[in-house]
Amino acid sequence: MTAPAFTATRPPTDDFDPGIPGFEASGGDWDEIAREAVGEERIVVNMGPQHPSTHGVLRLMLEIDGETVTEARCGIGYLHTGIEKNMEFRTWTQGTTFCTRMDYLAPLFQETAFCLATERLLGVTDDVPERASIIRVLMMELNRVASHLVCLGTGGNEMGATTVMTVGFTGREEILRLFEAVTGLRMNHAYVRPGGVAQDVPDDFEDQVRAALPKIRHYLGQLGDLMLANPIFKARLTEVGALSLAGCMALGVTGPVLRSAGLPYDVRKAFPYSGYETYDFDVPTSTDADCFSRVVLRLEECYQSLRIVEQCLVRLRDTAGAPVMVADKKIAWPAQLAVGADGQGNSLDHIRHIMGTSMEALIHHFKLVTEGFRVPAGQVWQTVEHPRGELGVHAVSDGGTKPYRAHFRDPSFNNLQAVSMMCEGGQVADVVVAVASLDPVLGGVDR
Amino acid sequence: MTDGTTGGAGADRPVPQPAEVAGPRADEVVSGSDQAGRAGHGPEVVDVRRGMFGVDGSGDTSGYGGLVQPVALPGAASRPYGGWFDEAVDVLAEVLGEAGVAFDDAVERVVVDPQTDPPHEHAELTLVVAREHLVAVSRALRDDQDLRFELSLGVSGVHYPQDVGRELHAVYHLTSVTHGRRVRLEVAVPDADPHVPSTTSVYPTNDWHERETWDFFGIVFDDHPGLARIEMPDDWPGHPQRKDYPLGGIPVEYKGATVPPPDTRRQYS
Repeated sequence: MTAPAFTATRPPTDDFDPGIPGFEASGGDWDEIAREAVGEERIVVNMGPQHPSTHGVLRLMLEIDGETVTEARCGIGYLHTGIEKNMEFRTWTQGTTFCTRMDYLAPLFQETAFCLATERLLGVTDDVPERASIIRVLMMELNRVASHLVCLGTGGNEMGATTVMTVGFTGREEILRLFEAVTGLRMNHAYVRPGGVAQDVPDDFEDQVRAALPKIRHYLGQLGDLMLANPIFKARLTEVGALSLAGCMALGVTGPVLRSAGLPYDVRKAFPYSGYETYDFDVPTSTDADCFSRVVLRLEECYQSLRIVEQCLVRLRDTAGAPVMVADKKIAWPAQLAVGADGQGNSLDHIRHIMGTSMEALIHHFKLVTEGFRVPAGQVWQTVEHPRGELGVHAVSDGGTKPYRAHFRDPSFNNLQAVSMMCEGGQVADVVVAVASLDPVLGGVDR
Repeated sequence: MTDGTTGGAGADRPVPQPAEVAGPRADEVVSGSDQAGRAGHGPEVVDVRRGMFGVDGSGDTSGYGGLVQPVALPGAASRPYGGWFDEAVDVLAEVLGEAGVAFDDAVERVVVDPQTDPPHEHAELTLVVAREHLVAVSRALRDDQDLRFELSLGVSGVHYPQDVGRELHAVYHLTSVTHGRRVRLEVAVPDADPHVPSTTSVYPTNDWHERETWDFFGIVFDDHPGLARIEMPDDWPGHPQRKDYPLGGIPVEYKGATVPPPDTRRQYS
C-alpha cells in the first residue's frame, strides 16, 4: 500500500500544556495527592485503562470537584484487534470463528447474529432445520445467564463484595461445563454455522442440563439473597446512575438499561428470530431507572432464560435425530463430526468415503472448505437480543466467498456513551457502580 | 476487489476477451435479487469481477482467466414496494414536501431487497439519500407520528473502491419501536470529497458511531461535536477498514513450510 497522504488528528503530545502539573496516583494515598494539588482549579483523574473496576481496559477521564464528578469521558480502543477487517479475508463459515471472539462473555450471540445474517443473504432462512434453531436458542439463553452472572458477580466485586463474585463465577462454571460438552470449548466456540450448528448435542445432553439447572437456580438464589435485601448494597445502588427513558432513546441504549427505564423493548419480542415467538417468556421491566433496578432485572431475566431453556429441552427430545444443518450440500460442510478417543474430529466413516471410494466427494469437500460457498450480492441487517442490548450485524456481500463487509453494532460500544450522563453530578464512588450497571465488555466495545 | 491490495484497478489484469472466450455468463450479473433483469430498474453495479482465482497478470493457467462478471447490488425498486413500505415512503414524501424538500431530490433511490410478489417476509427497505438532505430526512423519519423511527442503531461504513464517484457509503440503521419497523438510510460520497453532514443533532447516539466510521473509513461528518478517532490511536495514519488498506500480518513458518499472511494468499475472487 502507498503511504497514507495525511494523518487524522494532531499527535496527542500537542494537547498537553507543559505548564499544567500532572500527578500520578498508583497505589498512593489520595489525600496526599489532593493536598499537593490544592490550589489547582481543575482536577482530572484518569481512571484506567488498567484499573480493576473498569471491567477490562476501559479508560475513564473524570473531572472532579472534591468528591463530585463534574465531567466524565470514556477512552476506548485499547482492545481493538480488527476482527471486522479480518473477517473480510476469510470465508463466511470461518467468520463465526472471528466474531465469537468479540464479546467474549456472550460469544454465541455474535455467532448466531452473524449466521442469521448470512442465511438471509443466502435466502435459506426458512430452510434452517428446526432442531438447529432450538439448539441455538438453548445455547443463547444459557449464555445469557452466564453473562448476567459475570455482570452481577464482577459488579459486586467492584464494590468489595467478593462473595458475590465467587458465587457468580461458580454458577457460570456450571454453564461453561455444558458449553464444553456441546462445543468442545468453554469460549470461542464457533459452534453456530451458517445453515445450522456444527454438530448435534451429545445424547445425554438433556440429563446434563437437567442436572445443572437446580445448581444454577441455587446460585441465582444465593446472589438474590446476598444482594436484594442487603442495606449496604441497596444504599450504594439505589438512585445511582439514573438514565431516563428519553436519555436511553436518544443515546440508543438498549437491553436491561432501557428496560429499567420502563420500555419493554426486547428484540426477541419485537423482531423475533430463531422461533422466539413460539416460546413462552416475559420481559421484566422497572421504572426506577437506577442501578439497583438493573440488578433486579438481570436476575429476573436469568429466571426467564431458564424458563426458555426448559421449553427447549422438551423440544429437543421431540426432535431427536432430526438434522441440525441445512440439506443444501453446497452450504453444509460434508464432514460429520464425531467424538473420538482423542477428542472431537471427523468421523471415520466420512474419511473412509472421501479417501477410499469417491474422488468427487473429496473434491467437493476440499472446494467447500477452502473456497467456501458464494453468497449472492446484497446487504442485510440482522439484530439479536444480546445480554447487554441490541446486537446488530450489517453484512454486505459482493457475490464472493468472503464477506465484503461485516459490521457489528455492539451494545456495549453504544451504551458506554451513557457514562457521561449517568456519572456527571454524582460521587466518584458511584462511577464504578454506574459503569458496572452498563456491563460493558471491552472485547465487544473495541472488536 | 477482494485483492484490493495489489494496486491499480485492473492495470495488469487480463484484457477483456471476445464473447466466445468470455463464456456464456459474461453478461449476467452477480446479484442477490431476481429483479436484476427488470427493465428500467438496473441493478447497482459496483465492481467487475475477472477470472476465478484472484490471480492477476500471469500464473493463472486454469482457463478461467477470461471470465468477466459485473458485481451488482439490488437496484431501485418499482411500485408497489410491498407491505408497509409504500405507505412509509408516501408519508416521508409528504413530510419532506411540507418542509420544502422535493422527495426526488432527497431520496435518490428506494431499494427493496428482496422484492418479490407477494412481499418477502424478510424484505428490507433502503433509502439512498442525497447527503445534503440527510439530516432533513432523518428528522422527518424520527418525528412524524406515522414514521417514528425513534431509535438509531448506529452507522457503518462500506468502501466500494471501484464504484467511481460513490466510493464511500455511510449506512444508517433506524428502528421504529412504536410501529415495529426498520429502515436503512444509505449515503454515497466520492472519495475525493468524503463529507457527510452529522446526524448527531437528530440521533445523539450516532456520536460514537460516526467517530468509528471516520476512524475506519475516513468519512468526515461535518458539524460533529468532536470528530476524533475512537478505536485507533490519535496519530494513526490511514483508515484501516478501507479496501486499499492492507490487513497486515507476517509469514508464519510451520513444519518447514511458510504460510503467507491472509491478505497475500492466493484467494478466490
